[in-house]
Amino acid sequence: MADFLQFAFSGLTVGAIYALVALGFTIIYNASDVVNFAQGEFVMIGGMVTVFAYAAGLPLPVAALLAVIVAVFVGLALEWLAIEPARDAPPVTLIIITIGASIFLRGLAQVVFDKQFHSLPAFSGDEPIRIGGAALLPQSFWVLGSAIVIFLALYAFFNHTLTGKAVLATAANRFAARLVGINTTFVMALSFAVSAAIGAIAGVLVTPITLTSYDVGTLLALKGFASAMLGGMGNPIGAVIGGLLVGLLEAFGAGYINSEYKDAIAFLVILGVLFVMPQGLFGRSHTERV
Amino acid sequence: MLTIENLTSGYGRIEAVKGVDIHVEKGEIVTLVGANGAGKTTLLRAISGVQPITGGRILFEGEDISRLKPHQRVARAIAQVPEGRQVFGPLTIEDNLRLGAYRRNGKNSARYLERIYSIFPVLKARRNSIAGGLSGGQQQMLAIGRALMSGPKLLLLDEPSMGLAPILVDQILEAVKVMRAEGATVFLVEQNAFAALSIADRGYVIETGKIAFSGNARDLLEDERVKSAYLGL
Repeated sequence: MADFLQFAFSGLTVGAIYALVALGFTIIYNASDVVNFAQGEFVMIGGMVTVFAYAAGLPLPVAALLAVIVAVFVGLALEWLAIEPARDAPPVTLIIITIGASIFLRGLAQVVFDKQFHSLPAFSGDEPIRIGGAALLPQSFWVLGSAIVIFLALYAFFNHTLTGKAVLATAANRFAARLVGINTTFVMALSFAVSAAIGAIAGVLVTPITLTSYDVGTLLALKGFASAMLGGMGNPIGAVIGGLLVGLLEAFGAGYINSEYKDAIAFLVILGVLFVMPQGLFGRSHTERV
Repeated sequence: MLTIENLTSGYGRIEAVKGVDIHVEKGEIVTLVGANGAGKTTLLRAISGVQPITGGRILFEGEDISRLKPHQRVARAIAQVPEGRQVFGPLTIEDNLRLGAYRRNGKNSARYLERIYSIFPVLKARRNSIAGGLSGGQQQMLAIGRALMSGPKLLLLDEPSMGLAPILVDQILEAVKVMRAEGATVFLVEQNAFAALSIADRGYVIETGKIAFSGNARDLLEDERVKSAYLGL
């Protein structure tokens, strides 16, 4: 039982990070049909900038804020310099552009930062909290709590603000969105900025637990993408549930089967689900009259 | 109010609009009729700024708007009901309408909503349904309602009768007359020349990207050339 709880806690913690990355994918995908494979790089930037700003003497919250701002600027630059000029290209071309951007950002991070692994102090100490025989790091609560706050904020934004609905409208019909006076260029920029901010926050939160380095983005992007696909691409609730599921699958796979194969186990299950449900668990199968 | 001077526009090397001059005065209903592929939709999209122009000018209330972005033209109170409705399928009817008021940041939405629901009661009954599930006629009402939410000075309508049953066509055209009575200027593009000319003040006939003839709507209805080519008489 203690084992089970331990695996569940660590699975949920990692899963919350995957969920945040998957949400980043979802927001950009909805606004632009682009699967942004540079999403993991935002997580890396969040972690690395915080580490170096903190080492330079800034207080941790200020360093974290700086990291989020840097990530937002990188997100905006990515949209403005790489996506916008190719706006009319087919989605596959845009996806390849984002892969190129992610390689570029990783290379840049090697030069600007270094190739070492770095950590941050946990926000409220390293003293584990014992629940039912399992030891839970206080940082896990930070991760889970922040993920919940971000998700609720996004939910409120998309469902209760006109700007949020304008993003959804742009996703649904870009042409009509322009005709009702929505500045779709602004919507695209907003989507990249929000995704970058969410990624960076995930990066700051997870660094005390999993460490960070210039290349953590690759695997996180892959896991986040798998989570989004599992939940159904484009569905924010699917992204969150997909992320948590992937995290739990990994933790239980590593705990009960073999930690060498934790990634393989998670991906096998995802493949199985997508084989039966190609739209993902909560994928849209929308009907529309024309 | 709207003056189009020697406008040209096209797709790649194909020119769809070849030097068109049109003017619409405040409070008028002006219609542009023509066959499929004559350049009607291209012209209307160029006015809204979603179709690039290759020459000429578009003046709105004396200002050259040819280079403005689509949202800047909406901000000047030009609204378009596009061909094929183009509603936001996954969003609810009420959200679709509220987005029509985007240029005012949603201010006074309640008042406009009431007005639109009184013109199209069926939209009120289904206000929380998904727009994609509406019938063609209801989607057309929604598309018109969405354009009206912006409080337009100039309303551009692209083939509002297309694919609708005759009774719905009458209902839509009746709504157009109501809008004019409330102060909007209407520029109506139609393939259904008879229906369009019967509610319009003036009309233009476009043929392969050029204005073939224009005049008083009543005169055009009586014109032998229009009759034989567009009214099937």
